[in-house]
Amino acid sequence: MKVKLESEMRAVQNVVTGADLLIQSLIDEDVEVIFGYPGGAVLPIYDALYRQKHSFQHILTRHEQGAIHAAEGYARTTGKPGVVFATSGPGVTNIITGIADAMMDSLPIIAFTGQVTKTVIGTDAFQEADVMGITTPITKYNYQVKELSDLPRVVKEAFHIATTGRPGPVVIDIPKDVTQELSVGEYDCSFSLPGYQPTIRPNPLQITKLADSIEQAQRPVIVAGAGVLFAEATDELKELVETYKLPVTTTLLGLGSFPGTHPLSLGMAGMHGNYVANMAIYKSDLLINIGARFDDRLTGNLHHFAPKAKVAHIDIDPAEIGKNVKTEIPIVADAKKALQALLQKRIQTPKHDKWCETLAHNKQEYPFWYDHPEEYISPQGLIEKIHSVTNGEAIITTDVGQHQMWAAQYYTLDSPNKWVTSGGLGTMGFGFPAAIGAQLGNPEELVVSIVGDGGFQMTCQELSVIHEKNLPVKVIILNNEALGMVRQWQEKFFEKRYSESVFATNPDFVKLAESYGVKGVRATKEEDVLATLEAIFSYDGPVVADFRVCQQENVYPMIAPGKGAHEMLGVKR
Amino acid sequence: MKQIITATVQNRSGVLNRITGMLNKRQFNIESITVGASEIEGISKMTIVVDVNDHQKLEQLTKQLNKQIDVLKVSDITDQAIVARELALIKVVGSGQLRAEIQGIIAPFRASIIDVSKDNLTIQVTGKQEKVDALITLLKPYGIKELARTGMVAFLRGQQPSHVTEINSALSI
Ligand SMILES: Cc1ncc(C[n+]2csc(CCOP(=O)(O)OP(=O)(O)O)c2C)c(N)n1
Ligand SMILES: [Mg+2]
Repeated sequence: MKVKLESEMRAVQNVVTGADLLIQSLIDEDVEVIFGYPGGAVLPIYDALYRQKHSFQHILTRHEQGAIHAAEGYARTTGKPGVVFATSGPGVTNIITGIADAMMDSLPIIAFTGQVTKTVIGTDAFQEADVMGITTPITKYNYQVKELSDLPRVVKEAFHIATTGRPGPVVIDIPKDVTQELSVGEYDCSFSLPGYQPTIRPNPLQITKLADSIEQAQRPVIVAGAGVLFAEATDELKELVETYKLPVTTTLLGLGSFPGTHPLSLGMAGMHGNYVANMAIYKSDLLINIGARFDDRLTGNLHHFAPKAKVAHIDIDPAEIGKNVKTEIPIVADAKKALQALLQKRIQTPKHDKWCETLAHNKQEYPFWYDHPEEYISPQGLIEKIHSVTNGEAIITTDVGQHQMWAAQYYTLDSPNKWVTSGGLGTMGFGFPAAIGAQLGNPEELVVSIVGDGGFQMTCQELSVIHEKNLPVKVIILNNEALGMVRQWQEKFFEKRYSESVFATNPDFVKLAESYGVKGVRATKEEDVLATLEAIFSYDGPVVADFRVCQQENVYPMIAPGKGAHEMLGVKR
Repeated sequence: MKQIITATVQNRSGVLNRITGMLNKRQFNIESITVGASEIEGISKMTIVVDVNDHQKLEQLTKQLNKQIDVLKVSDITDQAIVARELALIKVVGSGQLRAEIQGIIAPFRASIIDVSKDNLTIQVTGKQEKVDALITLLKPYGIKELARTGMVAFLRGQQPSHVTEINSALSI
């Protein structure tokens, strides 16, 4: 009797279903971690996960949105694709925000979604959602796998598409019966994508044009975006900058692509960027965009953007070139390859000493500034102190709002892939789960999640995960008891009509943390800030810190909506 | 200005949705879009007639099309020597005497009557869009009960008077 049972079990173990095949494909892709949440349509996949020996971790988040943002944080800091599992219907719709976010910010994500059984697709079956319809406009590509024999190939293709060219999210929708089907033998994994051949190498003619333009420039400036980071081109950028003394500004997502403390760094440009960075772009006669997409938060009013500049744009996505800004020197290429080609040229250093002097002078003259009323904790001062306590070496994830901009302004980064923020979509709820992914991908690094009291409440249920996995993420809430960025705009542009932007109540964040088994600390007075930070960073484990900061603080300087970069408000105290 | 763009696409499921969705999202003004089999199995040919008013927008259109993973080739054939045809079915009111009159109108267009019932008839016309437009205008006074147009299909003539520029993401820049 006993013997029979054992042999039956072995038989079950040896059965290979579509789900087993999927798990095997993920092992073959060297996946380290999957973020997911089970449900009816993915039961066979989760069963295979249970039965099969596999080399990756599965992180059960407490909401699918947490899973996809964690995958984004993982992808952003490791350069590897983030993998997500979600069930059909509401499971899928819960990851939509993250997919759209990854699309906007070009993050390689592969999301596997369960689908109802093939025979009932299209009948409004229980937990059916039109995944292909919903995700088509927000994915780089998507698949619905109808035949088991296609599955291994589709997985391979998806990883290729998500991680090459301009990275982006790919969705693979798999009907339940496909994962239950018994697999027979080997399947052909080879694929060809004749319509997808990203241009990696730059056109030498355009490189020569850019080299000549650098030589002739009197007021050159570089805008470095996340493309530099994706291409791992930070060394090449630094070499170019130092060789020809080219001043550098970065976008919000380009922070870390060039050392922020470098003398030639002008800091971040854009809506809440440095005055000197924005003015450098405004006055420049040669603007070299490397891997940024001229987003409106960078450019402000396009009529006033770099009006005197000849524009060169290096981008792996040809569709970004000339989309918003007229471009004289288009260079479709991987940023690393383009910079390498440029470095091979013998260029005379441009005669722009005066320009560099002016910029250096303005950098001194117009730094970020803030008032510091003694009765409150200053949010900007808090970020500066976090920077000093962590030596500026932490991985920083942020949510969206004022705290995000202050983190960008005051947590000066000198190295790449340590800045995790939702840029294009501006997704509240992103910061904390993104830190989970960042920590899992970088177990040795210090991960600090700087969040607002509003956004943290959108995804704070993931405290379960940092407790369960003992991930030493430090969550720092800049608690202004308000949707601060909304409140700021209402103050400035809606005559202080604070419509639904100031919280009447907030949870006790310390108790909230503690209820999840996570250490919680609080600081309400400026004099407690340093001691609290010491307590946070000397503690070996996850912490949630509630810093009661001044509600009235605004983010400055600022390009008001519809205005040009030269019209910044709040440049000086 | 009216532009005629052709795209050769891989016939994967969802490709039409992806392309029309992109055109819609990016606010291109589509006049017509057709898709059907090409000479190669698994490859379809699309003809997109679009109204764009500046060169930059047109460039965006071709680039965004090229960016689609299933799109193999995009050509703006507006200024080339092309053959372009559309088919329309027009159901007009007409019985007795009127029928002869209508027949007289459609004859120069080489259109044909393909269905007749007690008090109406259906005309089929093929040709360039202008020709189809003209016939519709002429038939309007008789009362058009139903109209269906296929949208334009087009490709290059075998013989080109001048050099053909092909718009391809990798080559155009
Ligand atoms: C999901 C989502 N909903 C709404 C917004 C609009 N929004 C942008 S910033 C902001 C306020 C954020 O408040 P909080 O998280 O407390 O950060 P603070 O600005 O106070 O630092 C809001 C509501 C958004 N970006 N994302
Ligand atoms: Mg707040």
